[in-house]
Amino acid sequence: MPEALIRVENVSFAHNDHVIFDNISLNIEQGKITAIMGPSGTGKTTLLRLLTGQLKPSSGHVYFGKQCITTMSRKELYKTRRKMGMLFQNGALFTHLTAYENVAFPLREHTKLSESMIRDVVLLKLEAVGLRGARDLYPNELSGGMARRVALARAIALDPMLILYDEPFTGQDPILMGVLVKLIKELNDILELTSVIVSHDVPETASIADTIYVLAGGDVVGAGDPQKLVADDNPHVRQFMHGLADGVVPFHYPAPDFMADLLSSEGE
Amino acid sequence: MIAFVQRVGRVGLSICTELGSASFFLSKSVWRKPRSGQKLHLLAHTLFNSGVLSLPIIIVSALFIGMVVGLQGFNILNKFSVTSELGQMVALSVVRELGPVVTALLFAGRAGSALTAEIGLMKATEQLDAMEMMGVDPLGRIMLPRLLGGFISLPLLTIIFCAIAIWGGDLIGVRWLGVDAGAFWSNMQSSVDFRLDVINGIIKSAVFGVVITWMAVYQGASAIPTAEGISHATTRTVVYSSLIVLGLDFVLTAMMMGGW
Repeated sequence: MPEALIRVENVSFAHNDHVIFDNISLNIEQGKITAIMGPSGTGKTTLLRLLTGQLKPSSGHVYFGKQCITTMSRKELYKTRRKMGMLFQNGALFTHLTAYENVAFPLREHTKLSESMIRDVVLLKLEAVGLRGARDLYPNELSGGMARRVALARAIALDPMLILYDEPFTGQDPILMGVLVKLIKELNDILELTSVIVSHDVPETASIADTIYVLAGGDVVGAGDPQKLVADDNPHVRQFMHGLADGVVPFHYPAPDFMADLLSSEGE
Repeated sequence: MIAFVQRVGRVGLSICTELGSASFFLSKSVWRKPRSGQKLHLLAHTLFNSGVLSLPIIIVSALFIGMVVGLQGFNILNKFSVTSELGQMVALSVVRELGPVVTALLFAGRAGSALTAEIGLMKATEQLDAMEMMGVDPLGRIMLPRLLGGFISLPLLTIIFCAIAIWGGDLIGVRWLGVDAGAFWSNMQSSVDFRLDVINGIIKSAVFGVVITWMAVYQGASAIPTAEGISHATTRTVVYSSLIVLGLDFVLTAMMMGGW
């Protein structure tokens, strides 16, 4: 069994008295694609932010390799983050820089490479996502899918060990979805990365993930490879993996009885 | 009655929290060191954005304010037949008060609001998060150069404002209304003290520069990341910094006149 790159141990997290995670543990294995899935509002993005140390858990620990993300100093945390790349939902490209400068940004910040070396690295990364020709465009001239690919090139600019994807497939047309699925898989295998995908797009994610964790109600309700989860009979997992409209996650937001509500005197 | 006390308490507490977190934010930003090679480049960029781009509005307003002070001053002084003192009147009112305060108000409207909107949008589009994830500290990279930029550019703008306003007074008083040029300039020269008037004005504007950019940057960074949140933050920047500038101007003037 490959070693775990990230270990989440007994983590609880609450935001304004609202408990989001209650004592969860999970492992992200080196070299694999791990997906964190679940309906909207279950704290998938929050979990991602706990992994990167942007949020601190109220109890429990997150380990990156042998280091504990939870207790390290700000300086160490910034140093550790150079080993992580993150693809934000909408790319989060710097709007005042061209695609080329966006990819060059982390290199200029963290390395003392010469301008010609930076150029080589940037072109290499842009070539990997197929956008070498778009290097002089500004983010507002790129389509949503292109922006996400440039952001991916930027995320891998420093050759990270780990790359985190926040909802990479949301709002993409089928062609781009296919492109992204292929890119994530290829980058993971060729660059020997470890990937974490946070998503609620079941078929796309299931097609490339090695391990899937399904979150619901602040807990990990299902874990395992995609085939196992599709066959899983936990009601949460079944409703999510098969996209059923009503189940343990009710269609209705909690409300008083409909008839009583209609007949009530409120609003008269 | 109790409800009223509760409301006062709540407002008081929220003001204190806001002030506290703004101060914390300022002290955190000031101690961050951006990488040495980039410091100058980043500073030059913000100096251009908040300083050079504010020049047109500063120059035009200075000219008109100088002309109005010249005109009003001439009419008042004419009653006492001392129009030869016009130079002194224009120079003192501009250098001591109008220059620092009006420049600061214009700066808050022009550069402060732009800063808040820029940083608020960067936050809304996750650019600040992205920067943090790349191991680059947004406080050092974004906030610090902007604070420094305000601290440097507002005094410079104030000096330009004063020079142009005095020239505007000269234009009206001497060229148009016929005050003797020699009296205009020599009275000004003998009554304006470099240390007490000019330097104090510049000190005021440096303080205003820090306060305005601090407000703008803090409001941007703490804005709720929606269209509405950013518009509120921009409004707050202009309103708060204008009020603080006017209030601080009184305090600073009182301190300077008290012989500090």
